[in-house]
Amino acid sequence: MKKKVLNETDLSFPAKSVNESFARYAVSSFCAQLDPTIEELSDIRTAVSEAVTNAIIHGYKEDCNGIVYINVKVCEDRTLIIKVRDKGCGIADIQLAMTPLYSGDPSGERGGMGFSIMETFTDDLSVCSSIGKGTTVTMIKRLSD
Amino acid sequence: MMNVLTAKYDFSDKLLKVVLSGEIDHHSARALREEIDTKINSLMPEMLVLDLKNISFMDSSGLGLILGRYTKMKEHGGALKVINPAAGAARVLKLAAADKVIPIEWTEEKNQ
Ligand SMILES: Nc1ncnc2c1ncn2[C@@H]1O[C@H](COP(=O)(O)OP(=O)(O)OP(=O)(O)O)[C@@H](O)[C@H]1O
Ligand SMILES: [Mg+2]
Repeated sequence: MKKKVLNETDLSFPAKSVNESFARYAVSSFCAQLDPTIEELSDIRTAVSEAVTNAIIHGYKEDCNGIVYINVKVCEDRTLIIKVRDKGCGIADIQLAMTPLYSGDPSGERGGMGFSIMETFTDDLSVCSSIGKGTTVTMIKRLSD
Repeated sequence: MMNVLTAKYDFSDKLLKVVLSGEIDHHSARALREEIDTKINSLMPEMLVLDLKNISFMDSSGLGLILGRYTKMKEHGGALKVINPAAGAARVLKLAAADKVIPIEWTEEKNQ
């Protein structure tokens, strides 16, 4: 069922790691109009940080010519829809990428837990991706009444 | 608002204690990783203790940082433990079941 959109914002920035904290605070500030609990705000910040970090390091390989796009919708029934999009390399096998502990990163410094965290800290996670075109992560968070 | 990551080091009896404050994400983890690794390489501690009580935010990059240092310590025949993780950091550690691999101790009253 499509929910009525009550408010909306768009945000975009180059794929620089310094923007990770900006992105999570910008999104959580926008969500503050629904008066979420501290825990809900922390969930949103963490999930956004995961999606944005993935766009920057995996999607764009930290090439700051790449732009990360975020759209946040405040919908009826205290529902938030957060989309994080990159026009980077795309994901070949989404199911594999979303497997807990799987990381395609060769550095050995990543635990492969980003998607699991997004899944746990939101109510719904969907990933759309095509090779060479980019990736869109959509997260839905329903806030308590 | 944005809360930089800082580390305070204390080394004695082959134990290196690192008290971290601020936010651990991919951006802040990078510099910290190099700093901690430099300390490990020069001091060769047998035990690395990461105090996370003042960590106000941590995502999977923090998890990667901790697991990476755990592996590095083990390679040198040493060990690592996490103490007093703040609520958010504790949740991320638990979710990844990292608390099954890495000892987590509370040496102070939980403030939640
Ligand atoms: N936006 C993206 N573009 C391209 N590949 C991606 C993107 N997001 C995720 N991936 C791929 O999916 C894998 C799993 O992502 P996930 O966030 O779960 O783990 P990670 O980023 O490797 O490690 P962690 O998030 O724990 O630091 C990544 O290693 C990468 O190969
Ligand atoms: Mg990730």
